[in-house]
Amino acid sequence: MAVDMNMNVLIVDDYKTMLRIVENLLKQLGFKNVAQATDGSMALKMMREGLYGLVISDWNMEPMTGLQLLKEVRADTKLKGTPFIMVTAESKVENVAAAKEAGVNNYIVKPFNAETLKQKISAVLGAF
Amino acid sequence: MTDAERLAALETSLHKRIRAASDAARSPLSADDIANIVREVVSTLTGDVTASDLKFYSELEELAGYIRHAKQEIADIKPKDISASHIPHATDELDAVVGATEDATNKIMDVCDTISALAANCAPEVNEQLIACTTRIFEACNFQDITGQRITKVVQTLKYIDHKVEALLQALGEEVHRSGGHDTQVKEDADLEKSLLNGPQLPQNAIDQSEIDRLMEQT
Repeated sequence: MAVDMNMNVLIVDDYKTMLRIVENLLKQLGFKNVAQATDGSMALKMMREGLYGLVISDWNMEPMTGLQLLKEVRADTKLKGTPFIMVTAESKVENVAAAKEAGVNNYIVKPFNAETLKQKISAVLGAF
Repeated sequence: MTDAERLAALETSLHKRIRAASDAARSPLSADDIANIVREVVSTLTGDVTASDLKFYSELEELAGYIRHAKQEIADIKPKDISASHIPHATDELDAVVGATEDATNKIMDVCDTISALAANCAPEVNEQLIACTTRIFEACNFQDITGQRITKVVQTLKYIDHKVEALLQALGEEVHRSGGHDTQVKEDADLEKSLLNGPQLPQNAIDQSEIDRLMEQT
């Protein structure tokens, strides 16, 4: 099934420059509707109020981290099926294991490039 | 009984016995007579100060001297300056690095946005090439997030050191605080020219070009 490039994509990061970078890369990949949140709790509120086809989240944020957001999403009956990609500088094996155990769909280590982003999104949503 | 009182009692007792012995003999005492008297008097002190006590006191005094010396060495490196000046200054500088790179990154991305908008007016192959170029620039801008996080770690380490220094100062007491006073002004007075070499200023301390121009126009 082809990826709907009109789906709402939510990116979550406490660095505004990073939000801008990811949004630009997503737009250059063809995604038209990209929304931003600056921490996990803001993202969760947005997800409960709207429909998002993909979440791309940083890990290290306050007050709610990306991992906590992921756990909240997976515990919510309405949101638990949302594809979730972690994009983070946390690159230890135990981090990846924890994210995987919490139900992450893919994991990208910063710094990353557009090609890596495209590959991981394709792995989660299908080729585009 | 204090050491001074014990010494006074010993002297009094010694003088009395020497005088009494001298009167009795009506002649100067020999070295052996004096040695016997001293031995007799000292033997009466047995139980007050033992040899092990003396060794213990001596070691305590040595320890006190070591602590005094260590305190002086710590005071000499002016530990108060570390938490009052050096660490806050270092963290401010690092914050400024993060701020400056963030500003620069945003400006670079602004230009990329402009190029992307202009690319839409170009021939398809040129448009494609320009978009590929701006994508690579956006990718490279990742550095700002990574350096920001690394600098945050360094700032946390500095704050940890600051906390430990503060705890050390508390443990060592006021004398280290007093002798470790600020030397910034002294240094500036001693070498004015050197004190002018401060490198880039933090935004809140810096003056802009218009202010410099205004100052240059004065006189």
